[in-house]
Amino acid sequence: MTEMTTRAWLLTDAPQTRRQARLGAIYQGWLTFRANRLAMLGLAILLFLLFVAAFAPWLAPQNPFAQNLAERLKPPSAAHWLGTDALGRDILSRLIHGSRVTLFIVGTVALIAPVIGLFVGTVAGFAGGWVDQVLMRITDIFLAFPKLILALAFVAALGPGIGNAVLALAITSWPPYARLARAETLTIRHADYIAAARLQGAGPLRLLIGHVWPLCISSLIVRVALDMAGIILSAAGLGFLGLGAQPPMPEWGAMISDGRTYILDFWWVAAMPGMAIFIVSLAFNLLGDGLRDVLDPKGAKE
Amino acid sequence: MTDTDMANTGGQGSLPPTKGGLPKAGRSRLRRRATSIGGLALSLALTLLGLLLVTFIIGRVMPIDPVLKVVGERATQVQYDAAYQAMGLDRPLWDQFLRYMGEVLRGDFGRSISTGHPVAEDLRRVFPATFELALLGTLIGVCVGVPLGVIAAARRGGWIDQIARVVALVGYSMPIFWLGLMGLLLFYGILGWVGGPGRQGIIFDGMVPTVTGMILIDSLLAGDWGAFRDAFSHIILPASLLGYFSLAYISRMTRSFMLEQLSAEYVTTARVKGLSERRVVWGHAFRNIMVPLITVIALSFGSLLEGSVLTEIVFSWPGIGQYITKALLAGDMNAVLGGTVLIGTCFVALNLLSDILYRVLDPRAK
Repeated sequence: MTEMTTRAWLLTDAPQTRRQARLGAIYQGWLTFRANRLAMLGLAILLFLLFVAAFAPWLAPQNPFAQNLAERLKPPSAAHWLGTDALGRDILSRLIHGSRVTLFIVGTVALIAPVIGLFVGTVAGFAGGWVDQVLMRITDIFLAFPKLILALAFVAALGPGIGNAVLALAITSWPPYARLARAETLTIRHADYIAAARLQGAGPLRLLIGHVWPLCISSLIVRVALDMAGIILSAAGLGFLGLGAQPPMPEWGAMISDGRTYILDFWWVAAMPGMAIFIVSLAFNLLGDGLRDVLDPKGAKE
Repeated sequence: MTDTDMANTGGQGSLPPTKGGLPKAGRSRLRRRATSIGGLALSLALTLLGLLLVTFIIGRVMPIDPVLKVVGERATQVQYDAAYQAMGLDRPLWDQFLRYMGEVLRGDFGRSISTGHPVAEDLRRVFPATFELALLGTLIGVCVGVPLGVIAAARRGGWIDQIARVVALVGYSMPIFWLGLMGLLLFYGILGWVGGPGRQGIIFDGMVPTVTGMILIDSLLAGDWGAFRDAFSHIILPASLLGYFSLAYISRMTRSFMLEQLSAEYVTTARVKGLSERRVVWGHAFRNIMVPLITVIALSFGSLLEGSVLTEIVFSWPGIGQYITKALLAGDMNAVLGGTVLIGTCFVALNLLSDILYRVLDPRAK
C-alpha cells in the first residue's frame, strides 16, 4: 500500500471495518493536533525529555554524584556547560539524571490520581443514592483543602522521601478527576446502549468497566495532560522544601534549593534547574492545550 | 483554589478554560444543593469536620512518636507511660478525636515543641505577615489582571490578547520559588531597587508598635514614613511575584467571562443602538461579569495564602508558610496541624464568602 492510499484508507468516509474506523479517527485527531504548532513544540520537547531520561548514563558527560571540591562553583564553561555546584558536581549531568526523577514522579502521580478519581467518580455516578452522596461529600472535603498544605502535612506524617512525595501528591490530586468522571457518568448512565448491554445480562461491574470507563477516559486524559505541569511544579516545590527526593539524588527542585544559598554570587547553580523545570512544564501545558483541541472539542473554543 | 492547583503559588498547572471549572462544575453543584444560607452553613460545618478528621488522622498515623518528643529519648518506661496517659493516647480513637475537636474549637492547638509557645499564639503572630503579603499580591493581580483580561477579550486576537496569553502560559509553567530567587538576584543583588529578604531592615525591627500585625498598616498608624518605605521595599517584590501568578489566573478567567458576555445578544443590541465600544465593553459586558469575577478573586486570594508557603521560604518572610515548613522539618506536629487547620479554615471561609456574595449580588441566584 503506498503512502497516498494509506492516507485515503484512513480518511475514508465509509470505513469497512471497526479497526479502520478507529484508526481513521486517530489519524484525524493527529491531523488536528499537528496543525497546532505550539502543541507540536510541546510534544517535541517531551519526546526529547524521554530520550534524555532513557539514555541518561550515556548522555551525561560526567557522573552526577562525583564530587570535585577543586572545581566547586565554577561558572558555565567548555568543561562544564552549565557550571558546577557547591560540591563541584557537574550541573548538566545532574539535570540529565534528574529528568528520570521528574518523569518518575509525574508519571506515577499521573497514573495513580486519575485511576482513583475514575473509580470514585464512576462508582458514585453509576450507583447514585447514598453512595453518591457519601463519595461526593468526601471529594468535596478534599477539594476544600489547600492542596500544597495538605501534601505538606501528609509528607510530614509519612516522612520525607520521593515515594511519600508521590503518594502525597496523588492523594491530594484525585478529587477533580472524580468530579469529572462522575459528571461524564451521569450523562451516559441512562444512554440506550447501556440499557441494551444491561438487557443482555451485563452486571454492574461489567457495565462500569466495559461501557462507562472507556467513555470517561478521553476527558480524563485531557485533564491529566493539563495537570501535568502543576504536578511537576508541586513536586519541585516539595523537593525545594527538602521533603521530596533526598540528597544526593539529583532532583530539580532540591537542586534549586541547594543553589539558594549562593544565589547572589553563583547564580547558575539555582538558575539552571529552574530553567529545566520551566521548559518541561511549559511543554506539558502546550501539549495539554493541543490535546484538548483534539479530544475535547467542546472545551476548546473559548 | 481548591479545584485548581495554584499549587505552586499556587495555581499553575493548566490553562483556565478547563481549570476554571470551579465556578461551573464544583461550586455551582454545591450552590444548587445548598439553597439557603442555612444549607451553606451545614455544608461548611461538614467540610470543617472533614478537615479536622483528616488532620487528626495525619497526626495519629505519623511514625514519629509524639510521646518521645515530650519526654525525650532517655525517659524511663514509667515516665513514658505517665506521659502517654497524660496525652490521652491510651483512650479509644473516637474519644481522642472528640477531645481534639473540642480543643480546636476552643482555639487550642497544643504547644509547639520547636518554639515552646502555644501554637495558637504563634499563629496569631505569623498569620498577619502572610495575610498582608497575599492581600497585596491579590490587589496587584486584580489591578493588572482584570483590565488585561477585558482588553484581551474586547480585542480578541490582537496583540494585547497575545501578550495576555503568553503571560498566563508562562505563569502556569514557572516554579514560583525559582522566579522569586531570580527576582532577588536581579532586583536586590544586581539593581539594588528593593529590600532584601525579610519584612524589614534591621534598624526598623520592632520600631513600630504592633496593632494589626501588618507592618504597612502599623507603620502608617504610627505615622512612621521611614518604616513604611522600608517595609514597602521589602514586600513589593514577593507581593509582585504572587501578584503575577494571581494575574495569570484572573486575566484568563476575566477573558473567558468577557467573551461569553460579548457574544450575547444584548451586546449586539447595544452596538446596534450605536453605543461606543467603550460603553459596550465596560458599561454593559463588564458589569455582568463582576459577580463571577468576585468568586474568582476570592478563590485566587485563598490560593495565594497557600502559595505563599514557597515564596515565604525564598524571601525569609516570617509568615505561616515558613512557620509550617520549619515545624515540619523539626517534626513539630502540633504546629503543622494547627497551621493546616488555619489555612484550611480560611479556604473554606473564602468559599463560603464568595458563595454568599454570589447570592447577594446576583439577582438570578435568588
